[in-house]
This record gives sequence, C-alpha cells and structure tokens, in this order.
Amino acid sequence: MSVSQTQFHDALLDSSTSVPIGLSDGRGQPAGARFSVYRNNVAVSLTEALEVSFPAILSLIGHENFKKTAGLFLRQHPPKNPMIMVYGDEFPSFLEDFEPLQHIAYLPDVARLEQALRESYHAADADAVAPNELAILPQEALAASKLILAPSLRLVRSRWPIHAIWSYALDRSSAKPKNQGQDVLITRPAYDPEGRVLPPGASLFVANILEGKTLGDAYEKAMHDAPEFDLTGLLTMLLDTSSIIEIQTQD
Amino acid sequence: MLDSSIPFPTLPPAPGVGYKPQHFQDILGDARPVEWLEVHAENYMGEGGRPLAQLRHLAERFAISVHGVGLSIGGEGRLDPDHLARLKHLCGWLNPASFSEHLAWSTHDSHFLNDLLPLPYTSETLQRVADHIDEVQESIGRRMLLENPSSYLAFEESTYSETDFLSEVTRRTGCGLLLDVNNVFVSCTNLELDPRAYIDAFPIDKVGEIHLGGHDEDEDDHGAPLLIDSHGREVADPVWSLLDHLLERSGPRPLLIEWDANIPPWSELAAEAARAAKALERVPA
Repeated sequence: MSVSQTQFHDALLDSSTSVPIGLSDGRGQPAGARFSVYRNNVAVSLTEALEVSFPAILSLIGHENFKKTAGLFLRQHPPKNPMIMVYGDEFPSFLEDFEPLQHIAYLPDVARLEQALRESYHAADADAVAPNELAILPQEALAASKLILAPSLRLVRSRWPIHAIWSYALDRSSAKPKNQGQDVLITRPAYDPEGRVLPPGASLFVANILEGKTLGDAYEKAMHDAPEFDLTGLLTMLLDTSSIIEIQTQD
Repeated sequence: MLDSSIPFPTLPPAPGVGYKPQHFQDILGDARPVEWLEVHAENYMGEGGRPLAQLRHLAERFAISVHGVGLSIGGEGRLDPDHLARLKHLCGWLNPASFSEHLAWSTHDSHFLNDLLPLPYTSETLQRVADHIDEVQESIGRRMLLENPSSYLAFEESTYSETDFLSEVTRRTGCGLLLDVNNVFVSCTNLELDPRAYIDAFPIDKVGEIHLGGHDEDEDDHGAPLLIDSHGREVADPVWSLLDHLLERSGPRPLLIEWDANIPPWSELAAEAARAAKALERVPA
C-alpha cells in the first residue's frame, strides 16, 4: 500500500484524520502513535517559532491560550516558505477575526508592531546620508525633494496605546498604558530595531513620505492636521537614527 | 555530471559545531577545539541585519558549512524555484566549504511543514531524489552532501534499504553523503535494525561530513523504545561508541556537534567538541 505525501500532509495537520495505512513500526505492526512524533514536531516547532516572534502576545494571553491559538493558526496558515524567522505575517489579521480573543481589541495591532520589529531586524542594510546633506539644500529645493527612508524603517499606526502595551507586556515594571492611540516608528540605527511613539503630526508626515510625497507636501499635510508639528526635531531624529538613505532633489 | 575541477574551500577533518548566535562572542574569544562552523541555510536568507553581518564576520575566520533544512529534496512536487534561488545567492556570496541537505521532504502544496518528513525507498522515489539533487547541484554549481534521516516509522512499500538507496543516489548524481551517527542510532533502535551493520553497509568513501547530536528517549504504544532526534542534550554514550566504530572504517572526517534546543553555554558545547576531537585523535589519518 503506497502512502502519498498528500495523505501524509493531511494526516499531519488534522489529528482527527487516521494515520495513513502502509506505515509500520518496523516490526510488522502499524505505525500507530509513532506518526504522532511527526504531528508533534510540526505543531511544536511552528508554535515555538510564533512564540519567539510574538513574545508580547504570548505574555498578554498566557502560554495555554497562545498554544491553542497558534495551533489553529498554523493549521489554517502553514508557512508558505522555509524562512521560519519571518513566519506569521498573517497572524495579526488572524487575531482580528479570531472570535475567542476579540474582546482584547488591541491584540492585532500589538501583533502588527511585533511583526514590524521582526521585519525591521531582517531588512536590508543601507548606508544613511550624511547629516549635513539636508542642511546644505536651499529651502525651495528641500521642499521639492523626496526622502528615501531605510528599508528597515516601519511605521505602525494604531488607535490603541500599542507601544505602552507592548512595553508593559515584556516588562511589567513599565508604566501602565493610558487609553490613547499610539503611532510607533521603528528605526534600526545599527542592528537593533528601536520603537518610539510619534506625535500625530510627525506620524502623518512620515506616512506621507513613505507614500512618496515631497517633503513640502508632507509638511503641509502634517501642519494642517497638527499645527504643533516640529519638522526640525523629526528630521534630526531621522538623521540621528540613520533612517534617511537618499534625498531625491527635483532637477 | 558536474565539473569537479572548480576548487572550493573544504572542511577540515576536525570538530565543528552548529552555530548559535548566543555563542558569537565566545567563538570570537576562543573557539578551541572547534575549527569550523555549520549554519542552517534558511536563517541566513534574510535581506540583511545582524544575522548576515555575524555570518560575514565568522566566515573570515572559520570554514563554514551551509546546512539546508527546507529544500524538500524528497518532495513529490518540484523544488521551489524561489528557495533554490535564495540558496544559490547564499552559496554565491559566502562560498562555503560545504553544502548539505536531508533525505526528507518538508514542503507539500506550497505548505512548508518545518519538519524532516520520511519517504519510502522505491525506484520512483530514487529517481525523484536523484533528479532533485541534479537540479540543486546544477543550480549552486557544486557537489552537495545528502544526510541520512532519523526515522520513527517505516513504509511497507519500500524496496530498498536506506544504505542501498543512498549508495544508488550518490552513484547517479555524484553527490557526497553526510552520515549522522545519532540518526543511525535513533532509526536503528526505532526500527529494530543493527546500527553497526548499518555503518558497515554505508558507502563510506562518499562521507564528506559526520554529525553527532543528542536524542530523547520515549516509548511507542506497545512499550517498544522510541528515540526522538531532539538535538537538545549531550550526545549519548552508545552514539559515541558507534562513532568509534565508524571512524575505524573511515579515518578522520569533519565531525559536527549539533545542539539546537535547550542551547547550553559555550563551555558545555566546547566540551562535546573536545570529546569529538579525542575520538578523531584515536584514529590514524
């Protein structure tokens, strides 16, 4: 009796499916529970990968709940390639639709923050522009130019205090989260991603820069919504964190 | 067949260990008696950041073996061209001393299952494995090593023994073999085979690398011993004895300690490597 990989695969992911016929224990008996070694390897290794990737979610819902949630997730969304270090990009949206955890409304956005931190960690290296490159541009040329940001930079905007929740989840001595939305900018000056909360104007500015708007357009939009927006402060921070890799001027 | 005239760096017939990032500073300080390092290919397929920076740094001082865990060489479907391209890129810039993969499958219907799954040993699977190895060797432009698996069950449809199957794969493709002594012990215990007879039947002249790792002990439904290839502890004594038996036949070869779970402090891993060094010293070159 031959066992196809389709049968093997289906029985691995669905433990209510019986062990394929044609597998033995090497002593003439059906393989039986020996098949569970493979079932267990798949479920445990992928659950552990998700625990490593989403430590704040693990801390917030606890080990038992995480294991159950991950077990369902990995069966509905097995990895699409062998790069396990980035497995779980669908986990935040899975959490959004996952009924048993819907009462914790901020979970999906905290998971998005963790996913963004991980993407930043593995993103391509890029040389940053020298700090004086912005300063030497005349004001008009500056307004018409576009900033290309580092591949490791991420912006996660949320109506929940995700940075405070994330910090608190990983270190219970952190300040308790206040009920206020937080937009988090992730930069990677060297190899360690850093998250910081941006005020609304700065967040809107970075979002527009990421969409490819000119510096002048992005500034106008930010000032329109948040007149207190501090452009110099933000640009200094972006330069200090090696986040600007190119200034494209209009010729 | 491959053009074997292109020179590549080689692994020394000395102890190596599976590289773990938590040991980076220890290794740069004093790696003795470890002379080379093995990395899992998939962990270095990101775009950049610390993992690649560390690997570039280590490659300046150590011979590196790239060990794949995700190609699914035993898969029924075709090899994933994207994954093969990532592997080619890695081998291209790193120029490792060796590339090895497993006699196993892990991907089905574009689902990667993150485990080394078994395949039956038949003429059909032999042809498929040989075709996939041809494709890999063609793609990376060099000979690869294929590793014997740990087995927890057997396929009734198999018509080849594992050693005959591996011998035939090397004959058809020109690939070398990676002999994992712990896997031999685990499989032979689980399937009631004689591990020494397995070593004696193995095509020893094709062995380019030896692996050692720890296993866990369990039982199946009938109370028969069931060993699990966990790589989470020190190498068991009977596996060291089996290694001595192998080295008597093979002479010194590159010898790797794998420790992938419950990762110990460097000193403990280095102590395992020292035991491997002693085993190598006992046999004439």
